[in-house]
Amino acid sequence: MTGEWQRRRRVRQRLDRIFAAVFLLAIALSLLTLVVLLWDVVRDGARWLRWEFLTSYPSRIPERAGILVPLVGSLWVIGLTALIALPLGVAAAVYLEFYAGDSWLSRLIEANIANLAGVPSIVYGLLGLAIFVRGLHLGRSVLAAALTMTLLVLPVIIVATREALRSVPVSLIHGAYALGATRWQVIRTVVLPTAAGSIMTGVILAISRALGETAPMITIGAWAFITFLPRHPLDGFSVLPIQIFNWAARPQPAFQQLAAAGIVVLLAVLLSLNAVAIWLRNKYQKKAEW
Amino acid sequence: MGNAFEIRNLNVYYGQHQVLYDVNMNIRERAVTAIIGPSGCGKSTLLRCLNRMHDLQPGVRVTGEVRFKGRNIYDDDVDPMEIRYRIGMVFQKPNPFPKSIFENVAFGPRINGYRGNLNELVERCLRQAALWDEVKDRLHASALSLSGGQQQRLCLARALAVEPEVILMDEPASALDPISTAKLEDLILELKSRYTIVLVTHNMQQAGRVADETAFFLNGRLIEMGPTREMFANPREKKTEEYLTGRFG
Amino acid sequence: MANAVAEGRDLRVSPRWRDAQKRRERWIARLLLLAGLVSVLTTVGIVLTLTVDTVQFFQQVSLWEFLTDDKWTPLFTPKHFGILPLLNGTFLVAVGSALVAVPLGLGSAIYLSEYASDRVRRVVKPLLEILAGIPTVVYGYFALTYITPLLRRYIENLEVFNALSACIAVGVMIIPTVSSLSEDAMVAVPRSLREAAYALGATRLEVALKVVVPAAFSGIVAAIILAVSRAVGESMIVALAAGSTPKLTLNPLESIQTMTGFIVQVSQGDVGYGTVEYYSIYAVGMALFLVTLAMNLFARWVVRRYQEGVRA
Ligand SMILES: Nc1ncnc2c1ncn2[C@@H]1O[C@H](COP(=O)(O)OP(=O)(O)O)[C@@H](O)[C@H]1O
Ligand SMILES: [Mg+2]
Repeated sequence: MTGEWQRRRRVRQRLDRIFAAVFLLAIALSLLTLVVLLWDVVRDGARWLRWEFLTSYPSRIPERAGILVPLVGSLWVIGLTALIALPLGVAAAVYLEFYAGDSWLSRLIEANIANLAGVPSIVYGLLGLAIFVRGLHLGRSVLAAALTMTLLVLPVIIVATREALRSVPVSLIHGAYALGATRWQVIRTVVLPTAAGSIMTGVILAISRALGETAPMITIGAWAFITFLPRHPLDGFSVLPIQIFNWAARPQPAFQQLAAAGIVVLLAVLLSLNAVAIWLRNKYQKKAEW
Repeated sequence: MGNAFEIRNLNVYYGQHQVLYDVNMNIRERAVTAIIGPSGCGKSTLLRCLNRMHDLQPGVRVTGEVRFKGRNIYDDDVDPMEIRYRIGMVFQKPNPFPKSIFENVAFGPRINGYRGNLNELVERCLRQAALWDEVKDRLHASALSLSGGQQQRLCLARALAVEPEVILMDEPASALDPISTAKLEDLILELKSRYTIVLVTHNMQQAGRVADETAFFLNGRLIEMGPTREMFANPREKKTEEYLTGRFG
Repeated sequence: MANAVAEGRDLRVSPRWRDAQKRRERWIARLLLLAGLVSVLTTVGIVLTLTVDTVQFFQQVSLWEFLTDDKWTPLFTPKHFGILPLLNGTFLVAVGSALVAVPLGLGSAIYLSEYASDRVRRVVKPLLEILAGIPTVVYGYFALTYITPLLRRYIENLEVFNALSACIAVGVMIIPTVSSLSEDAMVAVPRSLREAAYALGATRLEVALKVVVPAAFSGIVAAIILAVSRAVGESMIVALAAGSTPKLTLNPLESIQTMTGFIVQVSQGDVGYGTVEYYSIYAVGMALFLVTLAMNLFARWVVRRYQEGVRA
């Protein structure tokens, strides 16, 4: 009896160890894919990763092709998106946290935000095409793209900002009210300055999502072959992911390598944005502890 | 001297849960009134009724009257901002804003549209709070760099800067060391010639040292109120005596 | 003194100043509400634009054809507008990517929640999250130029554009959705339950599979549904790697097309406004929106029902 029990116990413990390895393997495989992907992209793109690649205009000849136009276009789009989405998102979050209470209206808005977060990005592209490009006659412009991206990232910004607002100590808020401050004064002078660091972190992370979005940009008609830099929100434009998509979709290996080089540039911009976000978060946390 | 507050039939509920029962009391002008009682008896709740801080918290219901200078502050046409501006508050834990020392004191005047000389006002308030000598060389340093006791005096200076008529203090010394506590108590004694002070404390010795009048609360009810010395020497109620002699609490 | 102070104050804060302040407060509240309503307007905008152009589409194509025709060829003649092949492609990618993401994501989640130390968790979680942060066009490139050639070495009849590579890439992309949401659900399982099982001599594996996973089951189901709904809405991987041949097939080795893939394909070209091709992307977009909306609502319903069950 006891012998049988001990034997089963050994089997169970061996199973436990085996499955620990299996579960660990799942993580390892996932992370391995990530490593292989990055390595593959860098290897493919290495040949084109030169300074001229960053400073050249597009070309039908791979040797002369560069990424300047979509790079600048991407910076335009995310910059303008940030400019529009930041105040809108923060205002909406402030409304939900400090004004809405528990009304049917606030529940409606919250349900909308939750649902919008699950809408496929390409559907936002269809919306942007119908409303901004055609309805408001903005054409296939930087502004139309930024407005589309604003709607896309708004739910993310609102959720992140609400979390940041909630982390402001209630004691500070009550301290300000006790001095006779109005609600908006409390928000403007105490809540927003205190939460600014984590709000910015959330906004940058949301914006970096917009940087990689391709499908809605294609839908609203960003052009891959465009030979001028946007100077104006109503100018046409291209963005990094669209250029990458176009190069990748061509059969010639040279263009596919250009796509890889473009991906490296895209990931580098993404990485810098994330680095800024992390730096902001650390800076903010240190201040909060102090 | 007249009354700053006349509290009539005050009941407070957190949701379904009643925490203050039919409180009736007067708080004298330009005197220190201590509110004592064991933890959870409703001291903070009462204090927060006096400047309508409960408005900030959903689910709190207040019935009855709190008359401030003869006027019920719970009347519909009373602006709670105005009330909080005229009645200052110092909290249990120091809560300076994460701004400079100067900006902390200037906060109230600024938001209330003060047009006078801010530098003078800040200096005067810091002096009143006995903090000036310690911070005069670093007014623009972060308030968070001060010690706990200094932070609490800064919060007092911040409350003084809007020139309130009343200062409410909720266990202001509970987070402080004995030396800071002594400084704060000296300050309270100095300020009472000009301000009405309501002090919540669970420390009877403190009440004995600084309060002109003391109110004893138990389980949400006012048990006894009177001049501090009389009440401490000669409590009318048995429960008060038990509390004062340390039999519970 | 007190009187002087009081007078001084009354001079400072005039009733007019207070009135102006109150007016300003009201305006600010209105502006903030307006910002909050943008999300409602977005939803309304999505539903309206999709509906309006879908209605246009159905003036030219019958709903019956849309739902029953087994060919989707809007770009050549004879034109057919049966959405079934696109649904089929989307279904294939959804199921295929789930087959990749569910074992890997759940395995990762169980390891992180039941086996890993705090330190390992703090390092590995953000690393896994990177998978969700990589732009989908990058996955598309990877599927097309790495996964497909690699697979073609072992699978002879694998087409250049095929569902399989797309499934793998989409699957990897949604691993973090599965793993982090399931892990949240597992971490939320009360310690007391685990301790009770350990006290009876259970191994970690037994605790994980017999206590934690069942207790977190609805959260895990919701995580999987949300992940699959992301796969359904994914566009660039399928546009690059899965081909543009809508067809009714369950063979992942063939070229297919998904709903999103079709929208991308049409948007690339210069489809004239007002043509049936233009409206067709809105009809397909409507179908896509409804499918993902249903999945998201279902996921939330699963979670809510479970939470009520716990409280009861
Ligand atoms: N925000 C709240 N919600 C519900 N109950 C509360 C809240 N704040 C205090 N209470 C309850 O009200 C009673 C009185 O609290 P309080 O006034 O803080 O007591 P004291 O300051 O005398 O310690 C306590 O029983 C406490 O649990
Ligand atoms: Mg208290």
